[in-house]
Amino acid sequence: MARVEFREERCKGCMLCSTVCPKKIICQSSRFNQQGYKVAEVKAEDMENCTGCTSCALICPDLVIKVYREEKKEK
Amino acid sequence: MSEKLVFDAPEIMIDRPTHYCPGCHHGVAHRLVGEVLTEMGLVDDTLCVGSIGCSVFIYNYLDVDAVEAPHGRAPAVATGLKRAHKDKFVFTYQGDGDLASIGLAEIVHAANRGEKISVVFVNNTVYGMTGGQMAPTTLVGQKSTTCPDGRCADEHGQAIRMSEIIGGLGGTAYCERVSLDSVKNIRRAKKALRKAFEMQINGTGFGFVEMLSACPTNWKMDPVSANTRITEEMIPYFPLGVFKDVTKDGEE
Ligand SMILES: Cc1ncc(C[n+]2csc(CCOP(=O)(O)OP(=O)(O)O)c2C)c(N)n1
Ligand code: SF4
Ligand code: SF4
Ligand code: SF4
Ligand SMILES: [Mg+2]
Repeated sequence: MARVEFREERCKGCMLCSTVCPKKIICQSSRFNQQGYKVAEVKAEDMENCTGCTSCALICPDLVIKVYREEKKEK
Repeated sequence: MSEKLVFDAPEIMIDRPTHYCPGCHHGVAHRLVGEVLTEMGLVDDTLCVGSIGCSVFIYNYLDVDAVEAPHGRAPAVATGLKRAHKDKFVFTYQGDGDLASIGLAEIVHAANRGEKISVVFVNNTVYGMTGGQMAPTTLVGQKSTTCPDGRCADEHGQAIRMSEIIGGLGGTAYCERVSLDSVKNIRRAKKALRKAFEMQINGTGFGFVEMLSACPTNWKMDPVSANTRITEEMIPYFPLGVFKDVTKDGEE
């Protein structure tokens, strides 16, 4: 299990993140942030498909995305 | 269930939204510099030399000591800083208008002298800040405000390939061209920065990293198409790779 968190107030809606997501779960919402951009999002029902690959965060020019992964259980 | 944060902005990045346009690669380049400085433990010992161009406010985003150089003169300012403060890590951050046009003399001579500085060169094939005029790096056929019918080789010459020039100079220790258009290339770009920075830390010499970057606004493209333009038009003309690595010379 993994998930991403968008710091929406920094997003500029460039959608570069959506082009690199292997699961194609990132889309543009209809919400505008204070800067006036329509922000990127992953819908709650799609989040379970996130692999935590960090591709979206690596290509994002605006440091919007935080990526979390479940820690492997210790034996 | 416990979870781990596997990607976050490095602490060295000041938490404020940038003034860059959507899809501008200066943001990616800044972050890569920040990550490498952090991972190499250089944050407290770094002097950043900013240049003139859209990245002029780099000191608002990277929390390190900084000097703002006159247009094109960053390598000269960095030369002075490094010679006076040998214990500091000194890098310049320059656009293609700044480095390859007005500052061509400074970059070539700093490299040729083998100054122990590092240069981050963001090549987006235009003068971004001033509204998209033709730069020495503008591709033949590319339209700009000063060549509205496209750059013409007969009249303006061909786009200058800086890494090939810098890689050919005796004082250069490391020179690589990378691109910020894909996840794979961004990872590669980070490795290149680390290599170039190590050359300064080890006292080997001058390090240069050219990053092929997008300026969607002045290319009059949406960010995703601009990114694709790097892949389809820039990389074929500006080949990626290492143009000089003195630590490898003679090995092959
Ligand atoms: C001495 C001087 N000449 C001209 C200018 C105008 N000027 C400001 S930025 C710039 C070009 C910047 O282009 P580039 O280095 O490619 O940076 P970018 O904005 O594309 O990142 C020019 C010509 C100036 N500020 N100072
Ligand atoms: S971490 Fe990977 S899978 Fe998850 S949203 Fe980002 S790109 Fe998609
Ligand atoms: S890449 Fe970053 S700024 Fe661009 S849409 Fe995605 S989250 Fe927003
Ligand atoms: S004009 Fe170009 S280089 Fe300047 S911030 Fe906008 S996209 Fe970036
Ligand atoms: Mg430029």
